[in-house]
Amino acid sequence: MSFFKVENLSIQFGGVKAVTNVSFEVQQGEVFTIIGPNGAGKTTIFNLISLIYPPTSGRITFEGREITGMTPHRVANLGIARTFQNIELFEHASVLQNLLIGRHNHTTTKLWQELLFLPSVRRAEIEHREAVEKVIDFLELQHHRDSMVAGLPYGVRKVVELGRALCIGPKLLLLDEPSSGLNPEETDDMAFWIEDIKKDLGITVLMVEHDMSLVSRVSDRVLALAQGEMLSIGTSREVQSDPKVIEAYLGKQE
Amino acid sequence: MRFLFKTDYDQDIRLFKDGVQKFWYALLGIVLLGLPLLLPDYLMGQMVFILIYVIVGLGLMLLIGFTGQISLGHAAFLAVGAYTEAIMQAKGMPFVVSITLAALFAGAAGLIVGLPALRLKGIYLAIATMAFGFIAEEVVTRWEHVTGGNSGKQLKQIDFFGIVIDNDTKFYYLALGLVVIILLGMINLMRSPTGRAFVAIRDSEISAQSMGIHLAKYKTISFIFSAALTGIAGALYAHKLQFISPEQFNLLVSIEMTTLVFIGGLGSFHGAIFGAAFIIALPQLIVFAKDVLPAAIGQQTGLQPTIFGLILIGFLIFEPLGIYGRWVKIRTYFSLFPFYRRGMFRRQKTYMKSDRLK
Repeated sequence: MSFFKVENLSIQFGGVKAVTNVSFEVQQGEVFTIIGPNGAGKTTIFNLISLIYPPTSGRITFEGREITGMTPHRVANLGIARTFQNIELFEHASVLQNLLIGRHNHTTTKLWQELLFLPSVRRAEIEHREAVEKVIDFLELQHHRDSMVAGLPYGVRKVVELGRALCIGPKLLLLDEPSSGLNPEETDDMAFWIEDIKKDLGITVLMVEHDMSLVSRVSDRVLALAQGEMLSIGTSREVQSDPKVIEAYLGKQE
Repeated sequence: MRFLFKTDYDQDIRLFKDGVQKFWYALLGIVLLGLPLLLPDYLMGQMVFILIYVIVGLGLMLLIGFTGQISLGHAAFLAVGAYTEAIMQAKGMPFVVSITLAALFAGAAGLIVGLPALRLKGIYLAIATMAFGFIAEEVVTRWEHVTGGNSGKQLKQIDFFGIVIDNDTKFYYLALGLVVIILLGMINLMRSPTGRAFVAIRDSEISAQSMGIHLAKYKTISFIFSAALTGIAGALYAHKLQFISPEQFNLLVSIEMTTLVFIGGLGSFHGAIFGAAFIIALPQLIVFAKDVLPAAIGQQTGLQPTIFGLILIGFLIFEPLGIYGRWVKIRTYFSLFPFYRRGMFRRQKTYMKSDRLK
């Protein structure tokens, strides 16, 4: 049984074939990166995995269970967390609240208990906060703890979003361009965190990324896409030297 | 400026953040309990209306301010609550049972409206709920053998476990008790996972969903709670007026109630309370101003709606955070004195949202 498997995944929007026959497997504990020029279908694959779009054909299995066809919110309950390319945080809530929302799938309390705020709810809330505090420590977000997201700079938001995904307690973490909009220093931090997430937390990472130095630094394997089709799969070095990949990025040699 | 050092998770969770806040709320409680000693009977009647509108405001705040689902049909839930109360009382049910039924029936109506709302957003949801409001008003008018149609329905005074609520002071204490219970319930909800799920849906549905939040479930819960609270307010409203007829539940009432949460300040319980006080107090102030103003202005027809409209526009332009937002700014000004900066609460523009998934 493979950990995470995508088989013959395709999606069409009208006449546009956004993703065609993509198949790959992610092993437990690795960092797997999808690269490709703009419009290659990278984010679309993420959206297919989070079930935001239903695929035209193909299937996605996670720990032996097929997830295509499930209701979208179930994906998080299985242990798949994601971040978004353009940051989708809860703007008018504090960092702490954002991270606590990440703990939603660990909710144990019932609605009527919450209305009365029984001692069990208070205990559960404190447990959630302890779990969130670990993520805050891990990502060094202490001094932003109670700030509103709407007032935070872009780089910090990116980290908060990563933190929120970690609060889910995922087995598989989908990162959609974790370094986009970050300066070189912040990108460096991000690379450290991705390595730590893999080594210390033991979370498998599937990411989409453009920054090739980050890709080659953290990725175990890389998949290159162009116009929705698979070009090459292998280690970062293999993929980067693949003539088909070079052609997709730079054009054909005359 | 006071600093609060947090040493315990419970400090984030508890109702009052420190002793000072506890003191002020205790003082407010004492003033509210002693209010009948200070105010004449007529103003106590107005206080009852404020408390009824606070209940509506809390219901709407939950839906609009916290879950981000607009409604322009809440008069319908008010009507369901009011007519349920009138009919159940006429059948001889005790008040506690009839007001519970009013909440349940209104909640059920909320469920019915909430279901199509799962697929609608923004302006479309506003129109759908408005349509529901029209339908409800029409049903109340035509269903004569139950609702009495245009001739309306009379209500007797509330008999609360043997205490007949026959004056505004007693009514005030009853409404105040209900408001406190409801407010506590709402605050509890908002500091629990369910409340956070509401906020998540308001700010970004797509990421709420990827956090494992069942959008349909929580939107429906929000609609049901909101409608049920409005139903409770409707039952009290019916008793306060002692006579109900369909035109008391028309579109204007819905708009007035929705305006309440915008003027009060979206996304805070304080906003619901400030908004309710404002909506009830403003017409009184306008009536008062009529005598003071020169006749050319004071005796104009349509003075009240004009002022009402101007104030609403003024809020939307100058203080989108409502009365509560203004209150927070004034408080911050004094607590930071003299270091308050003009741009402190200016909202940052975000240019990243253009291609977000909706």
